[in-house]
Amino acid sequence: MRVERDKLLPYILVAPSIAYMAFFIGYPLLEGVRLAFVDEKGRFTLANIEYMLYSVHSKFWDALKFTTLLAGVVIPIEVAIAIALAMLLTYKFKGRDLAVYVVVLPLVISDVAAGLIWYSMLTGGGFLNKLLLNLGVISEPVIFFGREYLWREFVAVVLAEVWRSTAIVFVILFAGLQMISGELIEAAEVFGASPMQKLRHIILPLLKPSLQAALIIRTLFAFQVFGSVWILAGRDIPVLAGEAYYEQVELHHTGVAALYALVIACISLFLGFIYIKSFRAKYLEVGV
Amino acid sequence: MALLSPEVREAVTGILRAAAVALAVSWTALPIILAITYALADPNDYYNMEKVIPTRLTLEHIRSLIALGAGRAIVNSVIVALLTVAFSFALGLPAGYALARFVFPGRDTVKLLLVGMRMFPIIVIGVPLTVLYLKIGLNDTLLGVALAHTSMALPFVVLITSSIFAGIPKDLEEAGLIFGLTRAGVLLHITMPMALPGLAAAAMFAFLLSWNEVFVASVLTFNNRTLPAFVLVQVAAATELIKFAAVIIMVAPALVFVFAARKYLVTMWGITLR
Repeated sequence: MRVERDKLLPYILVAPSIAYMAFFIGYPLLEGVRLAFVDEKGRFTLANIEYMLYSVHSKFWDALKFTTLLAGVVIPIEVAIAIALAMLLTYKFKGRDLAVYVVVLPLVISDVAAGLIWYSMLTGGGFLNKLLLNLGVISEPVIFFGREYLWREFVAVVLAEVWRSTAIVFVILFAGLQMISGELIEAAEVFGASPMQKLRHIILPLLKPSLQAALIIRTLFAFQVFGSVWILAGRDIPVLAGEAYYEQVELHHTGVAALYALVIACISLFLGFIYIKSFRAKYLEVGV
Repeated sequence: MALLSPEVREAVTGILRAAAVALAVSWTALPIILAITYALADPNDYYNMEKVIPTRLTLEHIRSLIALGAGRAIVNSVIVALLTVAFSFALGLPAGYALARFVFPGRDTVKLLLVGMRMFPIIVIGVPLTVLYLKIGLNDTLLGVALAHTSMALPFVVLITSSIFAGIPKDLEEAGLIFGLTRAGVLLHITMPMALPGLAAAAMFAFLLSWNEVFVASVLTFNNRTLPAFVLVQVAAATELIKFAAVIIMVAPALVFVFAARKYLVTMWGITLR
């Protein structure tokens, strides 16, 4: 009896979590499909998808375009900064830990707060305009916000996103870099490798798995971008999650909002699938 | 560089490195410090274009923000976040312990499932949940938001707690058993006290996940807004100084967390994000 119970125990301990997650992922997915493709009378309908794709009121294509564009601009910048930061902070020096804490701080700051922080930096009477005015670099404030300044708004969003989520890429790379043995790098130094050679031939190849993980996770987050864009640009720069929010809260188009959510879910499941497939072996080997 | 002596080269590298670190730290910290300073600025200083850094400070804008209804939103956010921590720990702690201490068929599958679930975007569940919540009377309730946030925090809690338990030597537990403690006694007197600081850090992390979440909170609530939902809807139309004031309140718990849990930061995120 005792043995039987001990064998079952881990399953009993794990089951509630798995059941909870299964419900909160499974139910919304099924209900989402129903909301998107079934009308009030229970008949199959394509009205929601037609609205989303073709209606003049729908900004789906713009949202898809801007979400992808934002990801395409922000992610390479973040990866470059994160690699540089990770290399910089891998060397032990006085105050390094403090520097790491500060650099990872944006990880726990909400997207809405990040949007507001950069609003305070860039608005007409904000810090940057005041600074540049007083230094004589500009003679009148640079206006970043408003529909007619769409690309400047885009720059503001890029700044806020890079500021907020470089830390995600950094933490993954930093953790990965810690696992690379210092001996290899020292050996390269002994044989007279230049910093660039060390980076190209030793660090980057060994960092590749972490880099892949960081890229996939960051891309996944990029398709959920919402708070910072909504605060800084509203619907001037439509994004997928923002349109889901707008259709649901402002227009009460629950079916269309559910459809947007499904689009985000499909992109995420696809990226998640690649992630699990490429890291499965590695993840289990390192262990949790 | 090749012409310089090794000592000079080293000194130059050191200075360049220090400058780069200073730049990185300011890039992250300055916007927060400046936003907080602006949120406390006396309006005369803020609207004076020659005053780059306000020197006269006031709490007036935070008071105006509270007057708009932020007080209630803060209370709501705290309640939702605490419920999220309670639920995700009640469910996740046993699972984390099981993954760390038992070897059982299917353990790897469970881990992979959790890693996959961790990546599932919470945005997807918001809209369908509104329909379910309307049916069962959970719409516009804090409990409803907390249940949704729990599904976001739970995989993190399981993965983090399992790594914390795995870091506690098994020998100590076995010693406890030999000296006559029961399994529960070992858990209570040996494992939990040693795991406590790490668990506290994990709890704060779960708290912040909920505290920061805006999409689901704004879709699921109407009258009972959490702070980010309140800021997204109401504060967006307020004056600039009131917007800045919202930054202080939203960022405060994050600053406390990074300070209190600093020892666990990188390992914890290494685990949760890898």
